[in-house]
Amino acid sequence: MAAQHREISVSEFFAKNRHLLGFDSPRKALLTTVKEAVDNSLDACEEAGILPDITVKIEVAPGPDGTRPAPSQADRFIVMVRDNGPGIPASKIGNVFAKLLYGSKFHRLKMSRGQQGIGISAAAMYGQITTGRPCRVISKVADEPRAHLFELSIDTAKNQPVVHEKQQIDWDQPHGTEVVIELVGRYMRGRQSVDEYLEYTAIANPHARIVYVTPTGETREFPRGVEELPAPPREIKPHPLGIELGMFLKMARDTSTRTVSSFLTNDFCRVSSRLAAQICEKAGVNPNARIRKLKNEQLESLYRAIQSTKFMAPPTDCLSPIGEEALKAGLVKTVPADFYVATTRPPAVYRGNPFQIEVAIAYGTGDGKSSLQRVAEELESGGNGEAKAEGEHKDDGPTELARVIRLANRVPLVYQQSACATFKAVLHTNWRNYGIAQSKGALPQGPMTILIHMASVWVPFTNEAKEAIAEYDEIVREVRRALQECGRKLAVWIRKRQQAKNELQRRFTFARYIEEVAAACCRLKDGRINQERLKRQLLQIAERITGGEETDRILNRATKTGVDEDLAGAVVRTDDGELAGDLPELARQVAAKA
Amino acid sequence: MATATRTRRKTNREVARLLEGLADIVIEAARKGEDPYFEIPVRALSNVSFNKKRRIIEMGENKTQRSFFNLGMARKFMQTLLVADALKVLQRENFTTSLREIYYRTKHTIAGTNENTFDEQSESDTIIEDLEVTLSLLREELNVRAAESGSIVGPIVFVEGGDRIDCTRQGKAGKTVPSIVEPGELDIKKVTADFVLLVEKGTQFNRLSEDKFWKKHNCILLTGNGQPPRGVRRLARRLHDEFGLPVYVLVDNDPWGYYIYSVVKQGSINLAFESQRMAIPDAKFLGLSSFDPEKHGLPRNVGIKLTPSDIRRAKELLRYPWFQKKQWQKEIRHMLETGLKYELDALANKDFRYLTTDYLPKKLKEQDWID
Repeated sequence: MAAQHREISVSEFFAKNRHLLGFDSPRKALLTTVKEAVDNSLDACEEAGILPDITVKIEVAPGPDGTRPAPSQADRFIVMVRDNGPGIPASKIGNVFAKLLYGSKFHRLKMSRGQQGIGISAAAMYGQITTGRPCRVISKVADEPRAHLFELSIDTAKNQPVVHEKQQIDWDQPHGTEVVIELVGRYMRGRQSVDEYLEYTAIANPHARIVYVTPTGETREFPRGVEELPAPPREIKPHPLGIELGMFLKMARDTSTRTVSSFLTNDFCRVSSRLAAQICEKAGVNPNARIRKLKNEQLESLYRAIQSTKFMAPPTDCLSPIGEEALKAGLVKTVPADFYVATTRPPAVYRGNPFQIEVAIAYGTGDGKSSLQRVAEELESGGNGEAKAEGEHKDDGPTELARVIRLANRVPLVYQQSACATFKAVLHTNWRNYGIAQSKGALPQGPMTILIHMASVWVPFTNEAKEAIAEYDEIVREVRRALQECGRKLAVWIRKRQQAKNELQRRFTFARYIEEVAAACCRLKDGRINQERLKRQLLQIAERITGGEETDRILNRATKTGVDEDLAGAVVRTDDGELAGDLPELARQVAAKA
Repeated sequence: MATATRTRRKTNREVARLLEGLADIVIEAARKGEDPYFEIPVRALSNVSFNKKRRIIEMGENKTQRSFFNLGMARKFMQTLLVADALKVLQRENFTTSLREIYYRTKHTIAGTNENTFDEQSESDTIIEDLEVTLSLLREELNVRAAESGSIVGPIVFVEGGDRIDCTRQGKAGKTVPSIVEPGELDIKKVTADFVLLVEKGTQFNRLSEDKFWKKHNCILLTGNGQPPRGVRRLARRLHDEFGLPVYVLVDNDPWGYYIYSVVKQGSINLAFESQRMAIPDAKFLGLSSFDPEKHGLPRNVGIKLTPSDIRRAKELLRYPWFQKKQWQKEIRHMLETGLKYELDALANKDFRYLTTDYLPKKLKEQDWID
């Protein structure tokens, strides 16, 4: 029997729980590897106060005969991610990349990307398990002249790094880190791809510049849209209402405090000594008792007493939302559209955890076709003049549905969309109120991107894979309000455009039909009337009815300014293709170049 | 609109003048600087009523204004004039055409656009019906032919297109009924029949024709292959009016069959304005009645279960003012109670010739019909 009870090695655990860690399919493994490396790079840069400059390169790994199959056929890839971060001291490189569960982000309540996934070492280990290749790391800190190069693997039985090679090299970057992992994976474009993930990351982190070299050898650059780093989030202590019983018991065992009272006041936020005394009294526990000496039943009654006590909401200044300006900048520089709006809700609290919801919407095709000037030209020229056969007039192409970008602490969530509270909130919003078509229970229709960001010290996921946000009432309510705020602005813009478009259409429709009507009348009268005069008379009526100057005024109001009071905060593409409204200058330049 | 039955057919010149009147409306409004509009009677259940005294469906007074300078109506307004123009050509040249040809004739791309004047035939068909009711003109007067999908056989002689046609000598398939059967187009010379039997489906028409039912029972057989076209209805009406022949209708036992009978008897909702010259208020419903399967020993397994839409339709029929007679309420309710419908073809279950040798003779002898 004894032989059967042995410690399970980390690698065995890993192999059996791949799905928890994001490596359950080759396709997902490739994405998770890129994601872990990029998340690490962004976090490292931000903590060091550096504007991130990140390069991601995915190559097809050469086969045994040295040839590389086409990316769509390949099953082995080499992923390289390089940043301009502070670099990692040589003594720590082994542990960071080749020891599971090593890191600074595990037991803290601070808004950070790293809450998700298990870290870069898991990706390195996955590569090692699937290809037998060690991972290669180059890192340089600013105050050392040369960089360190490591080739590392994990001793999977002991969960310890094994260094294969270690040398100092010259590197053309003043500081930063580069990691190269070879792994079994699968590359696809489209939804849930690395391409999509990096695009969304660029939108969510407009302060970062990301260069992506795809497996097909194409280089896509996502330039920076803002030059300010996000405010660094602050770490907070847990709120007494925000923790589960198991966690509470663990904290009581691990605490460095001595008494029950000091445990409650020191290890939690928003607990005064007066409140601590109240809790102890309710629980029938002596506040001066040694916390470590308490029996589990006593701790449980303390926990129950906490649940029936009122506390101040946790502090919310620990959150660092993306911000309305940066959100608009992120969308403007990445998603071509004609209208952008963003809203950052005030911080709120679910189960003692502070959180903040942000929503941004981009609407329109942005290729100028939807701008009224183009509509007018199109109407005037009447399309391509091609005759259409019976049945061809029906435009029964597929309806375009809105795209939803979900973010948790600035990290895109690409799987489990329909299980996510934010996605459900989009479905349950009545977009028809905002002039947008929507089938019952479906996504709104149209060229539209909806971004939803939840910033929190603790994002509640529905499952271990951390792909969808759980439906807490408070969260759903905040998302819905944010969607409504953006929707109302969007509605103002859509209605104005619709109104102007209708006016234009009326003008052109009448003008077109007048020709036909006048000619038919003339034929009916066997040519005995003055067709030109009839046409002239009808055109005069048309002009009077479609409001002449009034129409011009509506058209101008709706298109030229874009900064009406009721559209304050939104960014609108004007007739000349410029973006009007508040927007960081850099994002405007980037968008103009694109 | 309940004008007295008009017997005289309008001349080409009169029809042309009415069509021209539409252009006059536009010219006059344009001169005054006003939005031109046509007033078009509404063709819907909401605008028909059942005239109990005349026993036909009549069109009400409701009209809609179709004006040009209204974005929702501009296209139809333009189409109305295009169709009127095409119809006037028919008058000037004095020839007839089909609905389909009118559609092709008036279809073109509007200059400088890729918008078609008409995208589908249904658009021009609607406009033609609009013009019929607006100008109180008949389809024949507009020189537009309906589908010719009816047949006739039996002791009747008429002259059509200069040919003398004896319908006892037209083979088993009979003579096609033209869509225009007005005097002048079709002149009835001799009728010796005692009654007219209007059959819904070609199958039964062929059976009766092959069995020379018309000879033995001295009657005229007519069919319209489903809902009878105007020509068939109008010819039956003329035989009834001008020669005093009773008209019996034989249809499947389903809600659609009841409806076909009701259209023959008192007119349709869509073309209520034509009831006065199409409807035959004295027409009798010979069968198939929902009571016939029991009377004639048809087994349950040759019935067909009513579909949800059959049931909905039957319930609608129960509410129509022209189905309020006790006997009709009993008839329709009985169908709903049994939950089954029967095709005329089901009579073949007893014998191929059951219809000819037993069913119809018995019905006629016992006067087993519904009015």
